[in-house]
Amino acid sequence: MAIRQMIAMVRKDLQIFFSDHRAVIMSFAVPIAIASFFGSIFSGPTRNTEPAKIAIIVVDHDESPISKAIVSGLQQDRNFKVATTTVEQARDTVRRGRTAAAIVIPKGFGDAAGLALFSRREKPQLDVVFDPSRSTEVAMVRGILTQHVMEAVTREMFSGPRGRQLVDETLASVDSMPMPADRKKLLRDMLGSVQSFYQQDQSAANGDGGGGLTMPYTVREEPMTAGSNIAYNGYAHSFAGMGIQFLFFAMANLGIEVLLERQRGLWKRVRSAPVSRVTLLAGKTLSGTLVALMTLWVSFGFAMIVFGVRIQGSVLGFVGVSIACALMAATFGLLVAALGNSPATARGITTFAILIMVMLGGAWVPSFIFPAWLQTATLVVPARWAVDGLDAMTWRGIGLSGAVGPVLALLGFAALFAAIAAARFKWEEA
Amino acid sequence: MLDIKHLRKSFGPLVAVDDVSFGLAAGQLVGLLGPNGAGKTTTVSMIAGLLTPDGGEVLVEGRRLAGDTDPAKRRIGLVPQDLALYDELTARDNLRFFGALFNLTGRALDEAIAAAMALVELSDRLTDRVKTFSGGMKRRLNLAVGLLHDPDILLLDEPTVGVDPQSRNAIFDNLETLKRRGKALLYTTHYMEEAERLADRIVVIDHGKVIADDTLAGLQSRVAAIGGARPKDRGEGAPGVSLETVFLTLTGRSLRD
Repeated sequence: MAIRQMIAMVRKDLQIFFSDHRAVIMSFAVPIAIASFFGSIFSGPTRNTEPAKIAIIVVDHDESPISKAIVSGLQQDRNFKVATTTVEQARDTVRRGRTAAAIVIPKGFGDAAGLALFSRREKPQLDVVFDPSRSTEVAMVRGILTQHVMEAVTREMFSGPRGRQLVDETLASVDSMPMPADRKKLLRDMLGSVQSFYQQDQSAANGDGGGGLTMPYTVREEPMTAGSNIAYNGYAHSFAGMGIQFLFFAMANLGIEVLLERQRGLWKRVRSAPVSRVTLLAGKTLSGTLVALMTLWVSFGFAMIVFGVRIQGSVLGFVGVSIACALMAATFGLLVAALGNSPATARGITTFAILIMVMLGGAWVPSFIFPAWLQTATLVVPARWAVDGLDAMTWRGIGLSGAVGPVLALLGFAALFAAIAAARFKWEEA
Repeated sequence: MLDIKHLRKSFGPLVAVDDVSFGLAAGQLVGLLGPNGAGKTTTVSMIAGLLTPDGGEVLVEGRRLAGDTDPAKRRIGLVPQDLALYDELTARDNLRFFGALFNLTGRALDEAIAAAMALVELSDRLTDRVKTFSGGMKRRLNLAVGLLHDPDILLLDEPTVGVDPQSRNAIFDNLETLKRRGKALLYTTHYMEEAERLADRIVVIDHGKVIADDTLAGLQSRVAAIGGARPKDRGEGAPGVSLETVFLTLTGRSLRD
């Protein structure tokens, strides 16, 4: 391989890359801007910040002690921002997408829920109207609502005056309930025990809210980052994902440039020189790798300075993964040059391919939301290895060993792309 | 200096070049003429090493040209029909890049750049970006790139397409100079007056075959002998048959796409 000729090719490609200052700025600025945006969205709560509250509406037609306790519980929940209004306004607000869900507590809900707790009476219905486009938030609303309803109902039934009254009424009506005698006896014993509990626990009888069912556990949350004192930095992932995406775009453009060179007759002139095919492909690969590496490192440099992203794992591993990413992306560019018929068609097809690849690679949204089969299938997507490798070396804080798998996989993809490109490259020029 | 022997090239069922042979001596300009699709560019591409012939051979000073990295390729310069230049780069950066591909470096490269730019009278535009050049200047720079490594054989594929008369004449002067320096020039063109003015010998190719290989006077005599000259073609001086008439007589008047 002629090193001098290869260096000349690299120098020429870099000169062309840097000759358009606006394009250079855009090729660095766009991934930074988009990664910053995604990072701000997906950073998640840190130790010092509250999670984003879900806006909900509660309409209380019951106004019983139980319904008031439910509303109070929801209002005090750190996950919700609760508003109260009429049913019509609530439905309209949800329809307009301004709130995720509206909970309507119908009249008589509290008493019916209290009675249904101990017997097989008909269960009262809570109406929840929700925005179908916000299914994740609605699932959260459903779960937290269950917790507050159970707490409010059991607290009232075991310690509140209305609960005592309902227990007395239920006890009086046990004989008329349609159930076997042995079960009636069990229910009567249980309600009798509750009555005894009321009488013995004066504080509970005074309604200080000490009774009732509560969550039987607390949760200690520990984000598994690089260390116990290191908070998760979502920008590390977004800059990895967006960096890889724009690496692909930049290198696809390199491939399209080769097609344009062919159209403009430049490739003829290059091929007329005594230069081997290996040297030509190696020169293109090397210049592409350098441009890709610059793009990636400028993006991460920005993320480090502005958003405090750190290489918590191995610096050597980060360098290795970066170079492997850049090489893989550069050979992807060669593939575009080899398989593309014309710049226009190549541009359209590669844009589609890149978007699919980075989406499946977890650059936009975490891959855990994919079905299990798709998560396995994404192992054949180079973007997945690239993002995983960069994540491992940054916020996950995994050592050099964590870089080995991604580097080998990315080099494997690079070899595959280069081999296909070399085999399919149109060398003959008429 | 350059010998083409029985060159053959097919693209699928299409035989583009079929047993083409001709020679090119030092200090000689051979015009390669033919209708569209006759096989001219395919022939030039095989000589330049861009296409591998199915049969036949290209000999440079009696030695067969073989492979992409054959050092003998340094003895051949290509001036493609397209303006094969990087618009984003300066003239000097273009020349440095193409010079490096031919293993020119350092002072030798600088001197070659200066000589090539002086020949095409663009020395004062060396550091300007090519995109600021006029069409004629780009054509002259296109020629300069082909000459940079001082090849003995220059392949010129319609080097004057789309240029004004001044630039065309400047290019003609350059070619005359190169001939005087002993370069062998193969010149394809559709402009008959260019071939008439420049060519020492004319090779007419059609349907992939050489159908005539002679001096202009020889071709004129041949056409006159077969009665191809019409009265309006006859001007002053013998034999009085224009090259266009010769060309149409040999290749016919039917349109080629």
